[in-house]
Amino acid sequence: MAYFLQLVFAGVVQGCIYALIGLGFSIIFKASEVINFAQGELLLVGAYVVSSGMFEWHLPFLLAVVLGIIVTVVIGLLFERLVLRRMIGRPVFSILMITIGLDIVLRTAVSVRWASKPIPAASPFDINSGINSGGIHFGTNDLWTIAVTIIVCAALFYFFRYTKYGLAMRATALDQEAALAVGINIRTIYALAWSIAAGIATISGVFLAIDSSAITPTFGSAALLAFPAIILGGLDSVSGAVVGGLLIGMTQILTAGYESHVTNILGAGFHEITPYLIMILVLLIRPYGLFGTAKVERI
Amino acid sequence: MSTSATDKSAQRVDISPPRIMGSLSHWLIVGICLLAVIVFFSTASEDWFTIVNYTLIAAIAALALNVLSGYTGQVSLGLAFFMAIGAYTAALLGGSPPTSPLDPQGWGLSVFIWLPAAGIVAALVGALIGPTALRLKGFYLGIVTLALVFIGQYLFKNLASITGGSQGRTFPAPVFGDYSFTQQNDLLGITLTSGQQYFLLLLPVLALVSLFVGNVMRSRAGRAFRAVRDHEVGAALLGVNLFEAKLGAFILSSFLAGIAGALFASYTRYVTPTYWDLTLSIQFVAAIIVGGIASIWGSILGAAFVFGLPLVIDHFALLPPAGNGTGGLTSGDLNALIYGALIIVFLLFEPGGVIGLIHRLQALPNKFSLSKGEGGTSPEIINLSPDSVSQLELEDVAPAQRENE
Repeated sequence: MAYFLQLVFAGVVQGCIYALIGLGFSIIFKASEVINFAQGELLLVGAYVVSSGMFEWHLPFLLAVVLGIIVTVVIGLLFERLVLRRMIGRPVFSILMITIGLDIVLRTAVSVRWASKPIPAASPFDINSGINSGGIHFGTNDLWTIAVTIIVCAALFYFFRYTKYGLAMRATALDQEAALAVGINIRTIYALAWSIAAGIATISGVFLAIDSSAITPTFGSAALLAFPAIILGGLDSVSGAVVGGLLIGMTQILTAGYESHVTNILGAGFHEITPYLIMILVLLIRPYGLFGTAKVERI
Repeated sequence: MSTSATDKSAQRVDISPPRIMGSLSHWLIVGICLLAVIVFFSTASEDWFTIVNYTLIAAIAALALNVLSGYTGQVSLGLAFFMAIGAYTAALLGGSPPTSPLDPQGWGLSVFIWLPAAGIVAALVGALIGPTALRLKGFYLGIVTLALVFIGQYLFKNLASITGGSQGRTFPAPVFGDYSFTQQNDLLGITLTSGQQYFLLLLPVLALVSLFVGNVMRSRAGRAFRAVRDHEVGAALLGVNLFEAKLGAFILSSFLAGIAGALFASYTRYVTPTYWDLTLSIQFVAAIIVGGIASIWGSILGAAFVFGLPLVIDHFALLPPAGNGTGGLTSGDLNALIYGALIIVFLLFEPGGVIGLIHRLQALPNKFSLSKGEGGTSPEIINLSPDSVSQLELEDVAPAQRENE
């Protein structure tokens, strides 16, 4: 039982990280109907900058995180301003591919700057510290991951519900032309969406790094596991990203914890693909996800 | 405006003469190419054969992706998966029989069986997955094909009796009678190296594939593919069966990817399952965007750029050796930086890729004479026509209104 509960806790932590990553995807998608394939590499850049800030330039952790957020936000803003804005109205294929272009550039730039060997994750927490209760170990870093996810979600909730810009962003997502008509500056909204998403990318990168305790340039592909999370939750739903993230994280950790009993049937590494299998099922049964808006397309 | 443009291109496709006839300039180009091939063949070193052979194989795979993404407009990141299916089919059918119980299986069949079988099995798998995957559009299809790559990785790592597991396995080289491509052989009194023999196999295969794809795209099926890409609703109204067209493109693409995968594995001789990852798929996406969407020469040029160029850079040792563990620029990195940036630049300014650029340059002189109105044949496919924008908005708005009522 303790083993199961420990796994559930680990699943929640993993799910929080996926939720954070997924939030970045869904904010951009909500505002501009673009899936940003480079989100994973923004996260990678953020994690590397924070790590370098701490170990190379000897900054305090929080300052390093701020530096990382600034770097990714600048990259996101530049890309939105210089590239994506010219792509408005072009087909999905082109927009998808252009974010893949950014993905390639960022990943290669990281592996050129930092080489391909793993570097330690920036972490203010002692890896062994934590609370033991009822046979379960609650690591300090894990608790912080959950806390930060809750804080980010609460901040986003407040932003979307009560601030002028949050309202404008929701209006833009609902109907671009109507938003324009009532005087909302859509360019500002797109820029804002990209900055928020890029900032969240760094935060999620830091926690993903702490969770796996080292960073390599292939790290960005872990962010791809946020796809199943956001598809499950519904691409354009912010709360869906959180629920989807938690469900996916939980399934993955539980599979990882119990798959060793059935190695002869499943083989090794089954937990790596459970999120994708769930995603394919969701796409076939309910393509708009649990919380997404159903789009009716009739021919 | 855009409708008149598509009308014109449709007409032009219809009235183009049968392929066999061609024009004088066409045959002249063919002649020059043949001459270039002969000169290359008789003078090049084995290193250059390696570079060119990899490019030829990559070109076949790029064509496979172009059939699905370029001509039919379906986003796919799953090319690596279908290449792997082809490669492992070839390995199972053509590989040497295991000598110890731990060795992966191999039935030792001839190249005439394993090479076509690689394509056919990949096509069958495509036909199996296609109907479910193609229910989805755009981003969603992209993400599902991405999932396919990861599921493939898991399968290939675990099906050790075929794939050799994480350690990988050897792949069969083509054997014709006593001639095995792994060693030097005498053919009609000329000693051929291994690279030269592969070149003699790969060039005709690529030529056949190019001709085949080119002709399919000029046929009724090819026109249906492009109609689906340009405007799904419009295509359906014209009587194109959307599902059939998409599935057809998916299967054809899988078939060609399987062939390319088998050839690649055979040429490399030893491949681990990690090779067939997302990066490989993305490299081919880069190849067709840089080379030219929906263009045969574009696929070949793109493959040369993405897969050939790093080998050329290494061959000439153009870069300082990378320091140990300090990072540094490898040829692959440099190339990835360039093609990553080029994807962005081309999609922004010339969606037709290098081929589109060439067509645009060719069209320049024609701008001065009005009689040659058809000069600019630039395949500006992915430039969206205004009417599909309004269609998207309709789809987005209509259901919401319905709900509000």
